[in-house]
Amino acid sequence: MCRLFSLTSRDPVSPIKAIEALEMMKEGHDGSGIGIFLSDLAGPFSKFRDLPILSGIFTQAGLRRQEDYMTGQGFLPKYRLILDVKDSPPPGTPPREIYLIQVYEPPQKWQSHAPEERERLMTRTRLTLRHMGQEKEDMVVFSFWPDVIMIKEVGDPMDIGGYLGLDREELFARRIMAQGRQNTNYGINLNACHPFFIQGIASMTNGENTAYVPIREYLSAQDVVGYEGYQSDSEVFTHILHFTLKELGLSLEAYKHIITPLQDSDLLVHPDRNFLTTLRQSCRRLIIDGPNCVIGCLPDKTMFMVQDRKKLRPGIVGGKPGLYAFSSESCGLDAVIPDRDKTKDFQPMHLDTAIVSPDCEEVRICRQTQPLPLQH
Amino acid sequence: MQTNAAVTPSTLSRRDLPWQISWDIHTCTLCGRCTAICPVNAIEPGVFRKRSISSPAFGLKDKPGSSFSVYHGIRQRTDPGYACVGCSMCSLVCPNNSIEPVKSEITDMLRFHRDRAGLPRTRGGRRNNSESVLDQIKFIRISMLTDPALDAGRHEFEMRTLIGRVLSPAKAIKAQREKGWMPPVREIYPLLIGGMSFGALSPNMWEGLQMGVAYLNEELNMPVRICTGEGGCPPRLLRSRFLKYVILQIASGYFGWDEIIHAIPEMKEDPCAVEIKYGQGAKPGDGGLLQWHKVNKLIAAIRGVPPGVSLPSPPTHQTKYSIEEAVAKMIQSMSMAWGFRVPVYPKISASSTSLSVLNNLTRNPYASGLAIDGEDGGTGAAYNVSMNHMGHPIASNIRDCYIDLVKLGMQNELPLIAGGGIGKNGNLAANAAALIMLGASAVQIGKYIMQAAAGCLGTEGDRCNICNIGRCPKGITSQDPRLYRRLDPEMVAQRLVDVYVSFDTELKKIVAPLGRSTSLPTGMSDALGISDKGAAERLQIKYVV
Repeated sequence: MCRLFSLTSRDPVSPIKAIEALEMMKEGHDGSGIGIFLSDLAGPFSKFRDLPILSGIFTQAGLRRQEDYMTGQGFLPKYRLILDVKDSPPPGTPPREIYLIQVYEPPQKWQSHAPEERERLMTRTRLTLRHMGQEKEDMVVFSFWPDVIMIKEVGDPMDIGGYLGLDREELFARRIMAQGRQNTNYGINLNACHPFFIQGIASMTNGENTAYVPIREYLSAQDVVGYEGYQSDSEVFTHILHFTLKELGLSLEAYKHIITPLQDSDLLVHPDRNFLTTLRQSCRRLIIDGPNCVIGCLPDKTMFMVQDRKKLRPGIVGGKPGLYAFSSESCGLDAVIPDRDKTKDFQPMHLDTAIVSPDCEEVRICRQTQPLPLQH
Repeated sequence: MQTNAAVTPSTLSRRDLPWQISWDIHTCTLCGRCTAICPVNAIEPGVFRKRSISSPAFGLKDKPGSSFSVYHGIRQRTDPGYACVGCSMCSLVCPNNSIEPVKSEITDMLRFHRDRAGLPRTRGGRRNNSESVLDQIKFIRISMLTDPALDAGRHEFEMRTLIGRVLSPAKAIKAQREKGWMPPVREIYPLLIGGMSFGALSPNMWEGLQMGVAYLNEELNMPVRICTGEGGCPPRLLRSRFLKYVILQIASGYFGWDEIIHAIPEMKEDPCAVEIKYGQGAKPGDGGLLQWHKVNKLIAAIRGVPPGVSLPSPPTHQTKYSIEEAVAKMIQSMSMAWGFRVPVYPKISASSTSLSVLNNLTRNPYASGLAIDGEDGGTGAAYNVSMNHMGHPIASNIRDCYIDLVKLGMQNELPLIAGGGIGKNGNLAANAAALIMLGASAVQIGKYIMQAAAGCLGTEGDRCNICNIGRCPKGITSQDPRLYRRLDPEMVAQRLVDVYVSFDTELKKIVAPLGRSTSLPTGMSDALGISDKGAAERLQIKYVV
């Protein structure tokens, strides 16, 4: 079972904090990989808040191809951070050439596009680069989005943190998500590292989605840009969240109702039973199954945690005003926020969505049996 | 017969028949029960003459000679019209276990003589072939250590399915907000009792099934639904609250629909759905058939026909001349009859043309599903040739249709109901789960219910199969009160409940190890494997050896 840790903070925090939490939970991951999502960035990236940032791993040739492509499309390179690696890679980590984080200014003509169209174009650009990389195996692109950096690598999280120098100030961020990977079903695959990301929405999971194939088939056929190339059964959680928010225009509170709908006894007495019945029926192919704890971050930097219908995975949220964290285990919380009021730690159960808004003031619990906020 | 008697082409010996009656003279009490109960008069009391030869020892006065005696026993008739069907009712009633039919191991000659007066063999039953691809499918994706296995006995399971046109999420939310029309959708148990008509089944059988279904719904909270088949519906049921558990079937003979239409204003509940039968797996391209033997006064009254005549439904709906007419207009008409509150879906026999029908339905907003009946489907009466040789296996047909829906992104919108041969060898839950994982939203069964809930004697070995002539020895498919009073409706209801409750446990025993409990695993093809490479490729599931 993978271990997850995410934190949301009023003040910028070093990504190494999250890795330290993973280190505390080391019994639960086998060091087969780490994935990090950083947003609400401090440091130099904060100056380019509206410009897309490309995160990925490149060979020299791949980097040249990428630059040629981006220049050809009219992108203007701005700030660039290359993670200069120290010495040789730790055991289990393959040697790579360039870990790139590059800010781009989009082509001039994009300015006339509506925001939705710009978002679609950014996603298409990422997909094109991904396809180019798959073709020649010279680049892996994780994200291309404003105010988002993603880093993934195979190996032990702490070793990689040191190797890539993830404690550098340029990477300080207010929203950090990290997964220490326990490889089970699939071969060790860089792209299968969580978190997964699409259009400002990121999520990571520890668990196994046994309904993966029907959900993947359904999402792939919905004609939405980016619902493709699945590498992990958990990737569909990110896309279901995206589908909920962006395609259906519903709020985060509806997400749990889509992935694990209420059963009849609760539904019949729910004030929104008509809407929820419609949702349960029409989104039936998005119902997840198996043990899963999902932690996610929304475009507005809200962070949340939900559990599967049976609450088969551990998950805890706690902290103090200004700094909250979501963790697979409480020892992860202890590592990062030892001075919190532990009596207020909360373990979301099968009906709960635990939500921390970007102001980091409190943990809000939304139970499925509560009325839904008005859906816009 | 005498050795010099005339032999006709159809003169057969006992050995030429598929079943031989084995009778034990030493234990037989000559009570006559066996000859009384035989549904086809294959056995009769016999008077046998026996000659005894005496050959005294040499030198005595007595000369060699012979004497004659008479004994009584059971004689098996060899006339093709009275051949034993192997039902074993004689064995059932024999007090001393003195008699039983034995299946011949050699190819019988009877098959060449079952066309007297130019009438090919008709029968009820099934395809009489025990091969089953569904039986070969294994569930291979077992969650053990990669995630906690579920407990079939203690965890909660949500195994219901949807019948009805399910709108896409965006359309459904829009319709909800704008208070627009939402197609009716029923949440039901995924194992349906398929269409077996009042007429094909005896009144006791029908009553037992309806009682069992009502019990499952009202006492056990299992939303099981039963289809009427083409034969109308008893007037009291139409006007009762139990109608909501019933799927009304309309087929090309429209039998009973005068009564149904007239009952609409008096209905307390809407029916669960309306099934328009265009074809059935047992006899694709052929209409329903109720032979005159079974059309008594009651059946005739419910169907609105004169008694004592055979009722062959036409192979197609006579007023329709194209798929648009046949499907679109009929679906719309039936929907309109209940104010668009009742799902209406067609049932077809599995065929290489199934995809065309499906594609037509995807564009029809009123179509609520598609039921497909494979070649192993059963029937109360059909031509032998239709049953044995016509039709398409269900597994690949349902898979093709599901994959087609996946390509269109409509796999949640138009439910597929699979039928035909599910549980033909007794593996009901495994076959049903395999079809669901291949893409069916629900499965429907008929023969299995007759066997398990009523004791039907039919097997895949051409046993009994006389449903068509109303001589069912168990009273399941007979309209003769002397026969159907053998069947206690209460016991049928109880057995039906047993079948469903045990099926439910077995289904959970399959899905729990696969880590599924939150929803029915429709289309979970990654769980399936088969050791036949061709089948694996065709069904797009894993090849495992």
